[in-house]
Amino acid sequence: MLLDDLIRIKEQELAARKPFQLRCCMAAGCMSANSQAVKEGLEQAVKAAGLSDRVEVRGVGCLRLCCQGPLVAVDPAGTLYQKVAPEAAASLVASLNGGETALERGDPGHPFFKEQMSIVLENSGQIDPERIESYIAADGYLALRQVLREMRPQDVVNAMIKSGLRGRGGAGYPTGLKWTTVAKTQSTRKFVICNADEGDPGAFMDRSVLESDPHRVLEGMTIAAYAVGADQGFIYVRAEYPLAISRLQIAIRQAKQLGLLGSGVFESPFSFNIDIRIGAGAFVCGEETALMASVEGRRGSPRPRPPFPAERGLWGQPTLINNVETFANVPPIITRGADWFARIGTEKSKGTKVFALAGKINNTGLIEVPMGTPLRKIVEVMGGGAPAGNAVKAVQTGGPSGGCIPADALDTPVDYESLTKLGSIMGSGGMIVMDQTDRMVDVARFFMEFCMDESCGKCVPCRTGTVQMHHLLSNILEGKATGRDLARLEELCDLVRHTSLCGLGQTAPNPVLSTLRFFRSEYLELLRPEEPAAAAPAGPGAAAEPPSGGAPACSGPPGPAS
Amino acid sequence: MQAAVSPASPPVHPSGDKRFRILETVMKRHQYKHDSLIEVLHKAQELFGYLDNDLLLFITHSLRLPPSRVYGVATFYHYFTLKPKGAHTCVVCMGTACYVKGAKAVLAALEEAAGIKAGETTPDNQLSLLTARCIGACGIAPAVVYDTAVTPRQSPDAALKWMRTVTNAPK
Repeated sequence: MLLDDLIRIKEQELAARKPFQLRCCMAAGCMSANSQAVKEGLEQAVKAAGLSDRVEVRGVGCLRLCCQGPLVAVDPAGTLYQKVAPEAAASLVASLNGGETALERGDPGHPFFKEQMSIVLENSGQIDPERIESYIAADGYLALRQVLREMRPQDVVNAMIKSGLRGRGGAGYPTGLKWTTVAKTQSTRKFVICNADEGDPGAFMDRSVLESDPHRVLEGMTIAAYAVGADQGFIYVRAEYPLAISRLQIAIRQAKQLGLLGSGVFESPFSFNIDIRIGAGAFVCGEETALMASVEGRRGSPRPRPPFPAERGLWGQPTLINNVETFANVPPIITRGADWFARIGTEKSKGTKVFALAGKINNTGLIEVPMGTPLRKIVEVMGGGAPAGNAVKAVQTGGPSGGCIPADALDTPVDYESLTKLGSIMGSGGMIVMDQTDRMVDVARFFMEFCMDESCGKCVPCRTGTVQMHHLLSNILEGKATGRDLARLEELCDLVRHTSLCGLGQTAPNPVLSTLRFFRSEYLELLRPEEPAAAAPAGPGAAAEPPSGGAPACSGPPGPAS
Repeated sequence: MQAAVSPASPPVHPSGDKRFRILETVMKRHQYKHDSLIEVLHKAQELFGYLDNDLLLFITHSLRLPPSRVYGVATFYHYFTLKPKGAHTCVVCMGTACYVKGAKAVLAALEEAAGIKAGETTPDNQLSLLTARCIGACGIAPAVVYDTAVTPRQSPDAALKWMRTVTNAPK
C-alpha cells in the first residue's frame, strides 16, 4: 500500500458514487428500531423503481438524533426523514422523482444539528463503517501515511503536546504528556490499549464512534503506537456492545488486507497488530490498572499507582492507555495541524467533546460541541429542554463518578475545570437530564447501589463504605433517618473518598456530595426528628434542626440535649 | 506474555460432546496462553449457555491453571453465569437514562408477574429475568432486551405482553 494506491481507492470509490444517496442509520439505536428492515426495504424499492444506477442505499453510522429513529438522510438534497417504517420505503424512493411522501421530516437546520462541530464524528453518518474504501474516500489513513513517511516519532508526540488534547475518558490528563512518558521509558516491548469499556450508565459516545467509524480508532491507535514505539495493541471493549465488536473485527481484517495494519505498515519497517479483548461486565475494568489485569486474563482488580501504566503496565511493560474518543481525535490533529486543533475550545480544554444526551430531554442523541459551550445551550437549545413542558431540574454528568448540576448553574461552560468546580466531572460524556419529578436522594441512592455492586472488593473503604452509605441513603429515603445519620453519611463520604484504592471508590461519594450540596433541602425533608421520645411533637421538626451545615465529618450530634 | 505451555496431549473430554472439541480448538488457537482465559470463558458460555463445574475444570486442565484462578475469574465478572438460563431471557436495562425514564416500574411489573426477582429463572425454566448496567441504548430509553432484540421505549404493559407471549408459547 502506497499513497498512489490510497488515492486510487478513493477515486474509484468517488467515481462509483451515484447522483442520489440514501444514508440509512445502522447504529445500535436505530437498529433496535428496525433500521435493518428499512435499509432492505429501500434497496428493494430502488430496484423496483428501476433506479439502481442512480440511487445508492448506504448503511452508515450514527445520524445522532436517536429518539427519532430509524433515520434516513437523502443526499444531495440534505433531507432527513425520521421514524421511517420499512413499509414507507417505496414512497421515500418515489419522492426522489418529485413524488409525495407522508414521512416525517427532520429539520437539519435545528440547533441540535446546526450548533454541532464535528471532528470526532465527522465521518459518523457519512461513511459505511463496514467498508474500508468508504473511510479511505473520506481521506482516511492519510494521517497514518503522513506520520510514517514524513514524521519522526518525536514529531508526533510534539504535535500531541502542542494540540493541547486531553484524555477524553474523564480525568482529562494531557495526552501529549502521557505519550511522552511512554515514549521515553526504555523497554524491549511496549503496548497500546484503547479503553472502550464504556461502563458509565447513560453514556454511549464510544459505542457510537466504534460503530460508526471504527477505522478512525484503528488509525489513531496505530499513530500512537508509532509515536511511543509499541508493536502490539489491544482494544478492550464491553461484551454489551456486540455490534461495535463485529465492526471492529471487520475493520481490523480489512486494514490488514490492505497492509495498513500488521507487519510493514505502508511498506515501512513499522509493524503493529491490534487484538480485541472483550470485557465481561465489570465496571471497575474501566480503571486502567484493573483493565490491564483483565487483558491479562485475570480478575479486574486495580492496583496502587505509581507505578503508572506508562512506566509499568501490561505484563510489566510500558503501556499507553487512551480512550476511544482520544484516539479518534488523533488523525485530524495530524492532517490539519496541532495549531488548528488548539484554536478550538477554551484555554485549558481544547477541541470538541462528544456528549450523549439522554433522560428527560426532547432530543436524545449524540452531539459534538466545542469545549466551553454553556450547558444551557446544550440542554435547552440543542436538546430542546425537558418534554411535556416540564422544567429541567438537574443535569447529571460523569456517571457514578460525577455529580448533579442544578438548573441554576446551567450557564457553566463545559470544560474540565468548570465541571470539577461544581463537584461533578466531565466524565466520558454522558449527560442525563432530570426534571422536577426526579427525587435527588433517590438518584444518589441509585448511583450508590451501582458502586456497591461494582466495587471489586479489594480495598475496605470502598467495599464496606459503599454498603454503609447505601444503607444510610435507604434509611433516609424511607424516612427512618435522623440528622445524626446525615452527619454520618457525610463523614463516610469524606472517608471513602480519601482512602479508597482506585477511582471507583474515590469518586463513589460524588453523587451524594453533589446532591447534598445543591439539593440539601430534599434530604432534610426526609429526616425524622431526633429522639422522638424527648423531642417536641411539633410537626416537621426535622427541617427545624438541620445538622450543622457544610462542616464535614464529626460535627457532633445536633441538639442532643433533652 | 507468559510462554505458552502446550500440553503434550490435550485432555479430551470423556463425554465426547462435540462442543468440548470446539472449545479445545479455540484454546489451541490461543496457544493455551493463560491470558486467554476470559476469551475462552466467553466461548465456553456461548457454546454451553452457562459455566458448570465440569466445564470450568475442563478449562482449568487444558490451560493448566489452578482451579481457584478459573473459578475466581468466572465469578468476578457479571457476564459469566454458573447457572443455566431459562428458554427465554429478558434483560431490563437499569442504566441512568432508563432508570429516570421508568425502568424500575417495568422491572417491578415483570418481577411480580413472573414471581421471581431479577437475576432468577422461573421454576419451569421458561424465563430468566435479568438486569443490565447500561446497554448504551440511552437514546431510546427505557430499553429492554427480549431474547436478543433490543426494544425501545418499553412500558410495564408492553413488557408484560411480551412475557405472556413467550410463557404461553408451546415448548
